Amino acid sequence: MDNVGLIGMASIFTAGITIAIGSIGPALGEGRAVAQALSAIAQQPDEANRITRTLFVGLAMVESTAIYCFVVSMILLFANPVWNYVIPATTAN
Amino acid sequence: MNIEDLSPDDAVLLQWKFISLNYTIVYTWLVMVLLVGIAWWSTRKLSSGRSISRWQNFLEIVVGTINKQIQEVSQEDSARYLPFIGTLFLFIATSNLLAVVPGFHSPTSSLSTTTALALCVLVAVPFYAISKQGVVGYLKQYLQPTPLMLPFNLIGELSRTLALAVRLFGNMMSGAKIAAILLAIAPLFFPILMNALGLLTGLIQAYIFAVLALVYIASASQAHHRPEANAQSETTESKNVS
Repeated sequence: MDNVGLIGMASIFTAGITIAIGSIGPALGEGRAVAQALSAIAQQPDEANRITRTLFVGLAMVESTAIYCFVVSMILLFANPVWNYVIPATTAN
Repeated sequence: MNIEDLSPDDAVLLQWKFISLNYTIVYTWLVMVLLVGIAWWSTRKLSSGRSISRWQNFLEIVVGTINKQIQEVSQEDSARYLPFIGTLFLFIATSNLLAVVPGFHSPTSSLSTTTALALCVLVAVPFYAISKQGVVGYLKQYLQPTPLMLPFNLIGELSRTLALAVRLFGNMMSGAKIAAILLAIAPLFFPILMNALGLLTGLIQAYIFAVLALVYIASASQAHHRPEANAQSETTESKNVS
């Protein structure tokens, strides 16, 4: 297999693995956070506003790890910097 | 803009010598014109009487809500933070919400815009902190709790700026990408659902960006080096609450 095919295969495979593994952790964490927040709201409905606000901010912080993985996989798929090293070399040959 | 373009920076409208006009610049200015125009148009005839215009009512609700949120989060007078935090929230929220308009490419789905906003926050933190407690008081925070923590404090300062930028960019870009992908595979009904979800995500992300900026600024400008003063103010606050 030549370099172009190899890089294409590796990037697509890595992009899929990145988003797959990278979304497991935040999903579990967000599930726990939401469950805790729901039981907290059920116990203290008066504090629902404050709990919801903290929950949203916390969820966004947790979710940002998944977003980093998504950005990395998007870069691998659509803006892979490695192509620039390979494609001019292959066209020159 | 194609699906392969990662950000609206790549879609160039006009090219004149070395100056290029891309979608990000055009739509940033459009959002700015829209915000300034609405604010100017609805504050021309302000009235404090019984009947006020719709737009005045709307703006009063928006400004009042932002004021209240700032007060609740920072536990301080909101007038200090309202100009900066309110501007951040209104700009991000408007450009995120307008993303449902066909043909509008949200400027916040470009990494340059979000990096610029995060850099504003990075600069605003020492600005507010120094104006509150002086240069020495601000620089002392980097030596808390021990001087050994100095490099970690510096790294934390930079990495949270990076996180702020990439979080907003990733969320908005993923919304646009998912809508485009769904449009390609199931164009009948699902893009509408994803757009409705995008409205919610966009508003929450704008809120989170503003709240995080506020938390960073407020935590840097509140005096950490005087624990007894802090404890005193906390007890008075709890008295006020109760």
